[in-house]
Amino acid sequence: MNRALIVIALLAFAVPARAELTIEITQGAGQAVPIAVVPFGLEGTADAPLDVAGVIAADLARSGRFAPLEQRDMLARPTRGVDIDFDDWRMVDAELIVVGRLVREAEDDYSLQFQLFDVLRGEQLLGYRIPASARGLRLAAHRAADMIFEEIIGIPGVFSTRIAYITAEDDGATGRVYRLIVSDADGANQYTIVESAEPLMSPTWSPDGRRIAYVSFEGNRSAVWVQTLRTGDRQQLSAEAGINGAPAWSPDGRRLAMTLSGPEGNPDIWVMTIATGDKRRLTKNPAIDTEAAWSPNGRFLYFTSDRSGGPQIYRVAADGGEASRVTFEGRYNARPRISADGSKLAVVHDDRGNFRIAVYDLEKRLFQVLSDGRLDESPDFAPNGATLIYATRQDGKGVLATVSVDGTVKQRLASTGGDVREPVWSPFRND
Amino acid sequence: MNTNRTLAVITMSLMLGACGGRSNTLPDTEPVDDIPPGTAGTTASGVGSAGSRAGSAIPDDRLDDATAAYLDDLIVYFEFDRSEVQPRFTDLLAAHARNLANNPRLRVRLEGHADERGSREYNIGLGERRAQAVRRILLIQGASAGQINTVSYGEERPAERGSSESAYAQNRRVEIVYQN
Repeated sequence: MNRALIVIALLAFAVPARAELTIEITQGAGQAVPIAVVPFGLEGTADAPLDVAGVIAADLARSGRFAPLEQRDMLARPTRGVDIDFDDWRMVDAELIVVGRLVREAEDDYSLQFQLFDVLRGEQLLGYRIPASARGLRLAAHRAADMIFEEIIGIPGVFSTRIAYITAEDDGATGRVYRLIVSDADGANQYTIVESAEPLMSPTWSPDGRRIAYVSFEGNRSAVWVQTLRTGDRQQLSAEAGINGAPAWSPDGRRLAMTLSGPEGNPDIWVMTIATGDKRRLTKNPAIDTEAAWSPNGRFLYFTSDRSGGPQIYRVAADGGEASRVTFEGRYNARPRISADGSKLAVVHDDRGNFRIAVYDLEKRLFQVLSDGRLDESPDFAPNGATLIYATRQDGKGVLATVSVDGTVKQRLASTGGDVREPVWSPFRND
Repeated sequence: MNTNRTLAVITMSLMLGACGGRSNTLPDTEPVDDIPPGTAGTTASGVGSAGSRAGSAIPDDRLDDATAAYLDDLIVYFEFDRSEVQPRFTDLLAAHARNLANNPRLRVRLEGHADERGSREYNIGLGERRAQAVRRILLIQGASAGQINTVSYGEERPAERGSSESAYAQNRRVEIVYQN
């Protein structure tokens, strides 16, 4: 119910973005599970406010782990478990089937009811009823897809999460327009959160998903801002001389690590207590220290430093002390992001002259290059740790792409607008 | 940017008027035209904007004329992943330092930039380091700290779009922006 409120509030304070993101699967997993998502029945209304089955099937297809059956290949259209003739579905080689109904209970009060069955055994695996407003139906469908994904794959789905990213396009005259945009993970429901004639960069979600910190160059200087999505209220946290950059929220949401260079221009990692504005310097090195990322337990920060000559990843305790070097593979590793379980580090890696996304397994000490572009950057883990989103180029234009952490499933999010970059994946929604 | 540049040129022209007026001899080529496209990992060496201006100096008015000529050059270029100022920009920066020292009310903003390769915030660090390298030279040669501030745009505001080595060479730069 909170979700409905938030979506409405976003409409009031944020502007729907015109450009569209469309997802193309560029490489699928070897074994996608065949699944039939049957069109949902309608009760209490003649018109479907949303193609629920379509949204669920698209989510599952996009994961690369499921192969939804085309609707035209369905021999029947059951909407309840009791109406399923499993032989119909064995015949078309579906291993799973989803049936359901969209019930209008009152004016703006719907419930989305669905069941998941194992076709071979004829057994129900899931059955849920999700209440939603008309506007919340899309999110409800994503939640249903999340539950189906988790039941079969064994890890939570991320279809109901969001992404934030930066776009830059020509303003029609001589300048550029920069936007910070938030959308659903499938690229739908885009909202412009900030728009500026000066660069915007480095968006990062608060751990509760309610706020975004970012860097803005309005007024020809850098500053770190924090903006509340629901209200649009924004607050300038740091606008000192030199660099104010690379904000990163602590897992408890109370502190923000950032890069400050001071008037003498020495970029170091600082940690600010948001409530008081107090800042403490965490690194003190003449090199460039930047791009801090907190370990999920809040005890360490990983960051980029070129203290050894070129940029590499280092780690320092959150309460200070000596930093230790983490990466040694190649001459360029930068912009660390950590998986939610703390086991993997995603970085930008110079792979023989090509900048690519690599994942370093901190436990197994394995380094794997996952992308194949020339100018790939800004990797970020999905909150379930299974997928990375990053920025790449297509025909010279900035676009977003995703890759599963095992490298098997790849997608591109093509945009109709300008350059798209710096994607960051929201935490799980808990509202 | 264009406004600032215009202001800088106007400021300079006024000063030239005060010291004998040779503004009509200022080369009108953009400094970027003097930088031939580089190859991987290198930028132009030898013939820089500095060299092409030397001929316009007049023996009996050398200092002022040299200062005036260089003041039209507002951009210092850098090698990949480097922030050392190359010798070919020594005269240019000396001229700006003199200009600042002689005109204490002048203010400049040094805008540091990087090419698009690598991560964005690290490139912000590189741009800042370049701006600071220019700032130190201006301070050593007589400008005062209060006249200079720095901002790094990293790879966010390329002078030339595109992913060629020549575009990269144009984008690794510090722009000297005179403020009103």
